Amino acid sequence: MLEIRNLHVSIGDKPILAGINLTVRAGEVHAIMGPNGSGKSTLAQVLAGREGYTVTADSVRYLEQDLLAMAAEQRARAGVFLAFQYPLEIPGVANVQLLRTALNSVRLQRGEPELDAMDFLDTVKSKLALLGMDESFLYRAVNEGFSGGEKKRNEILQMAVLEPRLAILDETDSGLDIDALKTVASGVNALKSPQRAIILVTHYQRLLNYIVPDHVHVLAGGRIVRSGDASLALELENRGYGWVIPEAQEEARP
Amino acid sequence: MSNTEVRHAELHEPGLGNPELRKRIDDEYRWGFVTEIEQEIVPKGLNEDVIRLISAKKAEPAFMLDWRLQAYRHWLTLREPTWASVHHAPIDYQAIHYYAAPKTRTQPKDLSEVDPELLRTYEKLGIPLQEREALAGVAVDAVFDSVSVATTFKDKLESLGIIFCSFSEAVQKHPELVRQYLGSVVPYTDNYFATLNSAVFTDGSFVYVPKGVRCPMELSTYFRINAKNSGQFERTLIIADEGATVSYLEGCTAPMRDENQLHAAVVELVALKDARIKYSTVQNWYPGDREGRGGIYNFVTKRGDCRGDRSHISWTQVETGSAITWKYPSCILRGDDSVGEFYSIALTNHRQQADTGTKMIHIGRNSRSTIVSKGISAGFGSNAYRGLVKVLPTAANARNHTQCDSLLMSDHCAAHTFPYIEVKNASATVEHEATTSKIGDDQLFYLRSRGLSAEDAVNLIVNGFCKEVFKELPMEFAVEAQKLLAVSLEGAVG
Ligand SMILES: Nc1ncnc2c1ncn2[C@@H]1O[C@H](COP(=O)(O)OP(=O)(O)O)[C@@H](O)[C@H]1O
Ligand SMILES: [Mg+2]
Repeated sequence: MLEIRNLHVSIGDKPILAGINLTVRAGEVHAIMGPNGSGKSTLAQVLAGREGYTVTADSVRYLEQDLLAMAAEQRARAGVFLAFQYPLEIPGVANVQLLRTALNSVRLQRGEPELDAMDFLDTVKSKLALLGMDESFLYRAVNEGFSGGEKKRNEILQMAVLEPRLAILDETDSGLDIDALKTVASGVNALKSPQRAIILVTHYQRLLNYIVPDHVHVLAGGRIVRSGDASLALELENRGYGWVIPEAQEEARP
Repeated sequence: MSNTEVRHAELHEPGLGNPELRKRIDDEYRWGFVTEIEQEIVPKGLNEDVIRLISAKKAEPAFMLDWRLQAYRHWLTLREPTWASVHHAPIDYQAIHYYAAPKTRTQPKDLSEVDPELLRTYEKLGIPLQEREALAGVAVDAVFDSVSVATTFKDKLESLGIIFCSFSEAVQKHPELVRQYLGSVVPYTDNYFATLNSAVFTDGSFVYVPKGVRCPMELSTYFRINAKNSGQFERTLIIADEGATVSYLEGCTAPMRDENQLHAAVVELVALKDARIKYSTVQNWYPGDREGRGGIYNFVTKRGDCRGDRSHISWTQVETGSAITWKYPSCILRGDDSVGEFYSIALTNHRQQADTGTKMIHIGRNSRSTIVSKGISAGFGSNAYRGLVKVLPTAANARNHTQCDSLLMSDHCAAHTFPYIEVKNASATVEHEATTSKIGDDQLFYLRSRGLSAEDAVNLIVNGFCKEVFKELPMEFAVEAQKLLAVSLEGAVG
């Protein structure tokens, strides 16, 4: 579904990602872990199409397409979804309005008709119920005055409504109490299917108790320094990042 | 099909979803077509003979001619004001045609008598003349250039004693009302452009709602400039007698023209005791091209007089058009417990300039006013809010709240705020809040990552910014206004 070959990203003269290789197949859940500042969000944002970076790669393929050639909205319409680490506020715009505009632009791309107001509300309400969210969420301005946890749940609501093929969740677990974490996890698990893939960006293993990853990758110094299965996350939890990073630096030596 | 839907369909040209086509028509004023109708035009220039001619053509009573001539003589003593934060080449007042009328001479009795070419123009503008009587309650008093050509729903209104007609017709049929109220809110000495208007105005709308009557439908007028070099000088007078309620909609688009056209309208509102007037405007005159060539100079004087206790006047405006907009819809809060409101969206793109705002003059006790101004600047646009809140010694416990927000869409545009506050009564409460924000790349990316095009993302952010004003507009107008903002902002970002 997603195949990243030798991805380099820099901001201005500052290199952030230095040769990422990653293959994600349909049906898989990948966790990307790593210390703060290691480039996890940069990777997530570059995949979602944020401009302003210098991006080079041998190739980044998504569903047989050249992902880097697509604009952010094209990626979204083709099924890429990023749950932001820091969701933005859009004053005066009701959540329901954004959800409806977003869903209809995605449906248009899929060749599906626009949903009318009633069908749309039915769809959204079933997703709200799934996430244990109150209907009043719909009529509040997008993320305006939301608590940190509410913002994160709102991202998951958008994801649930848009039903992406490839969902990238950037630290959606941070700032959530244990109950919120469980509902978010159940929302993500409900999305899991053999046609979809999920990339979880996190630096805690906590979330991975509820969403079990097939693969875990450690990002450090702009590269994936180690990959493994779910047990790697547990090991990181017990031993910290220190033991993988020096090893990586040694490997990087000529 | 509701009126809104019809108008929608009309406004939405086919194929706009096609990005190629969109690109092509980007910035081409979408409604810039010209109707080919024989015009009857008085030669260019202004002097007393021209004014006598206008008055004679309209078969006006003597008091009207006298008033016009007094205004003209006063105008000769005035100089064009220079205080507004706008710039334009000098206006040659002798190069303007002061009277132009479609050749259709006799007043049409029904639609079959209206020039088909004219009907097609209105169709393009989205006013479904043929269907309008079947459509939801909007009576249309359409002003084509200077002469009213069609009025509908008259019977229904007449049965309630409501007068809704062209100004010319009011002068003929209700001279006593015109004489009593004309110039009573905006005197002919008021300001340079209002004085000029008083001398040469050719038509406009007149509304009188009798005591205790609630007007059952929105009253609406569409203005249109068509004749080359013909300045438009409309005059509108709305009177709500004691306990009466009326909502009036004014909307306009203009065809593409190269030369700048002067538009100096005057609107006077009078609200007597317990009366309520809501006046909504969507202004979309031709704004000029990308480089600022052409476009309408829109120098308008609008004022409402809350003459009676507990009277209420509310102005809502969406200003997207014109090369230059200069207008300050104001309220004189004379009555005790009277209420004045001003809700405004002003958008300037490319080289457009707007200097707009309001004046709230508190005279009555417990008078209250609310000002919500949303300025959007894009391209090289310049947008100034200029507002005066004046509390006179008599206005005990007067209250004002002003909220003034600016949204910047580019690095080259400008926003200015000039709030003037004069308080002469210590019991008054006057609050002023102002914000300026720039549309952010991160906000745009967030929305695009949800599948919205850059354009839709901008529109969504702008609509959110303007929400407090949109919710004051009648529903169908709000829809139209959102479309206008979208069209006016095409290509503004990204
Ligand atoms: N806009 C920016 N300008 C300059 N440096 C940036 C910018 N955004 C992120 N960085 C830097 O890039 C590195 C990676 O950041 P980020 O991707 O946010 O890491 P993570 O999500 O793993 O914490 C950090 O050193 C950060 O300071
Ligand atoms: Mg991060």
